[in-house]
Amino acid sequence: VKYILLIFNNPANLETAGESPDALMAEADELMAELTASGELIGGEALADPSRAKTVRVIGGAPAITDGPFAEAKEHLAGYCLLDCATEERALEVAGRWPDARVNGVELRPLMTPDGLEM
Amino acid sequence: MPERSIEEVLRLQAPQVLGALVRRFGHFDECEDAVQEALLAAAVQWPRDGRPDDPKAWLIAVAARRLTDRLRSEEAARRREAVVALHAPADAYIASDEPSDDEEDDSLALLFLCCHPSLSPPSQLALTLRAVGGLTTAQIARAFLVPEATMAQRISRAKQQIRASGGRFALPGDAERGERRRVVLHVLYLMFNEGYVASDGARLHRRELAGEAIRITRMLLAHLPQDGEVAGLLALMLLTEARSGARTGPDGALVPLAEQDRSRWDADMIREGTAIIADALARAPVGPYQVQAAIAAVHAEAADARDTDWPQIVALYEVLRRFESNPMVTLNQAVALSMAHGASVGLAMVEELGEDSRLGNHHRLHAVRGHLLDLAGDDSAARESYRIAAGLTTSLPERRYLQRRAQRLSVSKHLPREQAEIPRDPPRRQALGSLMGEDVGRERREQRID
Repeated sequence: VKYILLIFNNPANLETAGESPDALMAEADELMAELTASGELIGGEALADPSRAKTVRVIGGAPAITDGPFAEAKEHLAGYCLLDCATEERALEVAGRWPDARVNGVELRPLMTPDGLEM
Repeated sequence: MPERSIEEVLRLQAPQVLGALVRRFGHFDECEDAVQEALLAAAVQWPRDGRPDDPKAWLIAVAARRLTDRLRSEEAARRREAVVALHAPADAYIASDEPSDDEEDDSLALLFLCCHPSLSPPSQLALTLRAVGGLTTAQIARAFLVPEATMAQRISRAKQQIRASGGRFALPGDAERGERRRVVLHVLYLMFNEGYVASDGARLHRRELAGEAIRITRMLLAHLPQDGEVAGLLALMLLTEARSGARTGPDGALVPLAEQDRSRWDADMIREGTAIIADALARAPVGPYQVQAAIAAVHAEAADARDTDWPQIVALYEVLRRFESNPMVTLNQAVALSMAHGASVGLAMVEELGEDSRLGNHHRLHAVRGHLLDLAGDDSAARESYRIAAGLTTSLPERRYLQRRAQRLSVSKHLPREQAEIPRDPPRRQALGSLMGEDVGRERREQRID
């Protein structure tokens, strides 16, 4: 079963939690190496800071581009990981070991599959 | 008889060659890699240079050479690390007490090894496809919609796990045989169900898995002709596969059983599947795969959903419940009961099942409730159930189907029925029958039911 692990970031939480970004990164790298070896990691990327984001809306047929994310959320999406795990329990275990889960929480969601059963 | 294609020859030879190598050299994991390399080499060289006179001997020779190279370089690496080069003790994979030249036994022993209980089902599937099925890692990766590197890792990890847990290249002893056979059948069943209704681009590669499952189950039945459950599983696969051409529409949309064009069902497969299950039921102790095959056979013999012998299906589910006390089986029985005796009977059962924590949040429960409410004429409640089901399923074709059902009810509610743009067809009774796929036992695929 394939899952996406959404990793959120909130710089303020990092400070209060007393975690060092370098240590978190190193821990995540280690976990990713383990998931690569087990054949459970399909992919994943870190995202640039939300200050680099641009929001595009088509208004009256023409694209209107504004800088930054459109919501004033304190938390932002910092990266994602695609997993293929044997069970949901296993995916939850991985999510629980993701270092960011101690700071901001991570979100686990199944991917839609292209096939299904006769209804 | 037309000559076999090179790919067919390779796939057929794969387990034989691997068996011969493991028997001679031990080291299942290294042998498996070496055979894979030999198969890839053959796929390149044979079309170019012509087929060797003795394909099997060619493959064994090439694989043995690759294996020796591998073992030598490992040996060298070990020396470099200044580890005492004492050879590992007699290889654990060799069944020294069961010397046999029987190639067929080799395939069977391989199948049992690949379905080793220390592995997760996805790993069992992948390893079986490669070692027994002779598929390449790239083909398996495409079928499971993951990158090739990920699949390669998974296969190599699976082999390490088998070694760590002391798996042997030998038929399990009598005490263990029954349980191991159950795992093998389950793995083949899962393989068959992968890509059952696959949409668009994924379809071709996913469908290959069903064909491979049938091929390996056939091989298994040839080895264990007295085993009623192996026969039952093969019959179930054939009777289900017979409908594959009819269960998706031209736009890739899911077509429910009741609405399928039955003239597009494969009559030969139905004949074969029906004969196999009839024979098995007549001579072997009954088991859950046989019962599921019998249910599929009852569907196969009916001209349409209305013509189906629902009371018999209800009775067969009752038998199945004796083997598997699983809420999904009860849910399917509720549908059959509704077809036989009216929606209210089934609805009462569904409500009761909703209390079961294993099923309360399952999309299938809500889909069934939607269909039954639809049948009972309670449009708004039916629509609500379809919407809940659409939100819970992780299957794109299922979600599309359920959304369409919900939408159809919205349209017919807002317009006087005779003016509704989307006709309310098929007849409600048929729409209900559509739930009765060979979905009995399919709950195994649904993680939360396990």
